[in-house]
Amino acid sequence: MTIPDTSTAVSERPAGASTAPRPFLDVRDLRVHFPTDDGLVKSVDGLSFQLEKGRTLGIVGESGSGKSVTSLGIMGLHTTGQYGRRKARISGEIWLDGTELLSAGPEHVRGLRGRRMAMIFQDPLSALHPYYTIGRQIVEAYRIHHDVDRKTARKRAVEMLDRVGIPQPDKRVDAYPHEFSGGMRQRAMIAMSLVNNPELLIADEPTTALDVTVQAQILDLVLDLQKEFGSAVIVITHDLGVVAELADDILVMYAGRCVERGPAERVFHEPRHPYTWGLLGSMPRLDREQRDRLVPVDGSPPSLINLPSGCAFNPRCPYADVPKDDVTRTIRPEPTEVGDRHWAACHLTREQRERIWTEEIAPRL
Amino acid sequence: MTAGRRGKSRRPVLRSGPLAVLTYLIRRLFAAAVMLVVIIMVVFGIFFLVPKWTGVDIAASFVGKQADPAAVEAVREKLGLSEPIHIQAWEFFKGIFAGRTYSTGGDVVHCSAPCFGYSFKSEQAVWPVLTDRFPVTLGLALGAAVLWLVFGVAAGVLSALKRGSLWDRGAMVAALAGVSLPIYFTGMLSLATFAFGLKWLDAQYVPFGRDPGGWFGGMILPWITLAFLYAAMYARITRATMMEVLGEDYIRTARAKGLPERTVIGKHAMRSTMTPILTMLGMDLGALIGGAILTESTFNLPGLGQAVLNAIRNQDLPIILGVVLITSLSVLLANLLVDVLYAVIDPRVRLA
Ligand SMILES: Nc1ncnc2c1ncn2[C@@H]1O[C@H](COP(=O)(O)OP(=O)(O)O)[C@@H](O)[C@H]1O
Ligand code: SF4
Ligand SMILES: [Mg+2]
Repeated sequence: MTIPDTSTAVSERPAGASTAPRPFLDVRDLRVHFPTDDGLVKSVDGLSFQLEKGRTLGIVGESGSGKSVTSLGIMGLHTTGQYGRRKARISGEIWLDGTELLSAGPEHVRGLRGRRMAMIFQDPLSALHPYYTIGRQIVEAYRIHHDVDRKTARKRAVEMLDRVGIPQPDKRVDAYPHEFSGGMRQRAMIAMSLVNNPELLIADEPTTALDVTVQAQILDLVLDLQKEFGSAVIVITHDLGVVAELADDILVMYAGRCVERGPAERVFHEPRHPYTWGLLGSMPRLDREQRDRLVPVDGSPPSLINLPSGCAFNPRCPYADVPKDDVTRTIRPEPTEVGDRHWAACHLTREQRERIWTEEIAPRL
Repeated sequence: MTAGRRGKSRRPVLRSGPLAVLTYLIRRLFAAAVMLVVIIMVVFGIFFLVPKWTGVDIAASFVGKQADPAAVEAVREKLGLSEPIHIQAWEFFKGIFAGRTYSTGGDVVHCSAPCFGYSFKSEQAVWPVLTDRFPVTLGLALGAAVLWLVFGVAAGVLSALKRGSLWDRGAMVAALAGVSLPIYFTGMLSLATFAFGLKWLDAQYVPFGRDPGGWFGGMILPWITLAFLYAAMYARITRATMMEVLGEDYIRTARAKGLPERTVIGKHAMRSTMTPILTMLGMDLGALIGGAILTESTFNLPGLGQAVLNAIRNQDLPIILGVVLITSLSVLLANLLVDVLYAVIDPRVRLA
């Protein structure tokens, strides 16, 4: 069964008249296109997902699949400060706690940024201002949304640094980013994004730039804080293994679209999309060499300007010829329910999928 | 050894605050003092040794064209030119810091510190000549610097924010004109237009002490002319730097915090943009204070630049030497100032 395109139904409904409560974060048919000299780059092209408070969504996909563009889109950062650059074309709907962000004024969205929704970036060294102390940057983040004096804000900054596990927070608050180690810097970044108790936290590859040993600590910290504050968390990664344990739901992205989405347990243990199979097969394991990870799936990501017709994954998909009538190369597969709250966008029939999974994929994993 | 060095480079994590700045400052001051001594020695070398090797007789050029051998000999004696080089060098060095005494028989002249000797031409002591002219140049340089900083940086920032716009293109064409047109051309043009043509402004230099208003009026054209050149350079650098900074991750972070765009630009981006600008300013001011030769000669300002131009024409070595030393000193001081400011502005510098 195909999930109905609810986005039209929703926008036709008069505001405030909704019967079922809308999910805390409700992204519908999000498209982010960048006009460039070479053509229109369709970085995100029809992405929908929902997320409730207190839950974690893992977004997984290769580099360039549109994960960061999605998160910046939610934060409203494609429309701000694009001096002289050609404007990104954004469409769809992003509902945050009942407010649609794409149609809200930029000033309204700015007021939400950092307060109700916050973001942690991949490389904390470049994401922190090199000329200001950690404390000053946290104080600034707090005071922009709270009418308090410097002293109160500083106390709050020290508290936050303490909460994220930075030793001697009352001293380190006056240190500069370059005086921190990578892991401590990311902790400081987390302290800064959580200083206003945001209800939505987006962590865009928060551990990619860090040592393997600190990665787990940082992820644990994010989850701890989520439990404590009950916020909705999006963890973005290119490593399926990272989110398998910590996320409630997983969304697999390919070429700006969702190819599979469902409960983490299901997506990880019973994936239903050939691309997810590839990701799973390339995960590092004790009996396999590390270098296998370099090529998650054979072939390279498609051009986002000229997407392959039909299923965008078809040039790399080993099963592209299984569905009949060349449908894979002509018709774009829509997300189909393949289990309870579990969708995959693939033309394979249930029988074909299950046969390939049990005969070819599962034994190799 | 290697291990020790590696251990040393891993500095304690907390290394900021006033103490680090102070240590840094002392280190820079010491380096500047050493530099000064070296510069004096090099200048001495150029001006006293090179003529010796190339066969130019300093004493003869002091006396003048039709030199009477006896007079030349007297001058040689008086200036100590027949002494061994190291004695001369020492006297020269001592003269600058403690003053020196020239004596030939009964004729004793004391030249008090800082002593750069006497002008070959006017026989005046060099130092008072320089101190008379210094304020003119300083006024020119500082006034122009204020103008070019304000307008150059503002134009650069606006261009970066509106890149590709009509404003941006116009400003960059103007900047290109500014850096490529020679000062005597823009200077003459502005003189012809505003002073002689429209008669809006005076083309006359009036010392500040005599008539501040007149001084100001007379300086407007020189300031604008000089500032135009530098504003053009600063606008280009500011634009390029600002555009680079705007692409930095920490600017995106500032927006992600919910800061209004004026804070993102005015505070976060400007802070990083101004750092290289400040370095440039220090260097440029330092060099200009040694004399803006073209501007001063175009507008007939009695500053150091004009002095050195006349001195070159007259082969007046001591004046040239004095100006060169002042220039070096001001570049040195400007550098020092920039370094100290840098340490305040960029916390990462203190680690270097
Ligand atoms: N401002 C932009 N202009 C043009 N293309 C962009 C822009 N931002 C991102 N892209 C393109 O969008 C695609 C997705 O990028 P991104 O979301 O950063 O990928 P990732 O999944 O690795 O985070 C990339 O191919 C990238 O080149
Ligand atoms: S639709 Fe076809 S090409 Fe796309 S993933 Fe499914 S089988 Fe592969
Ligand atoms: Mg990314």
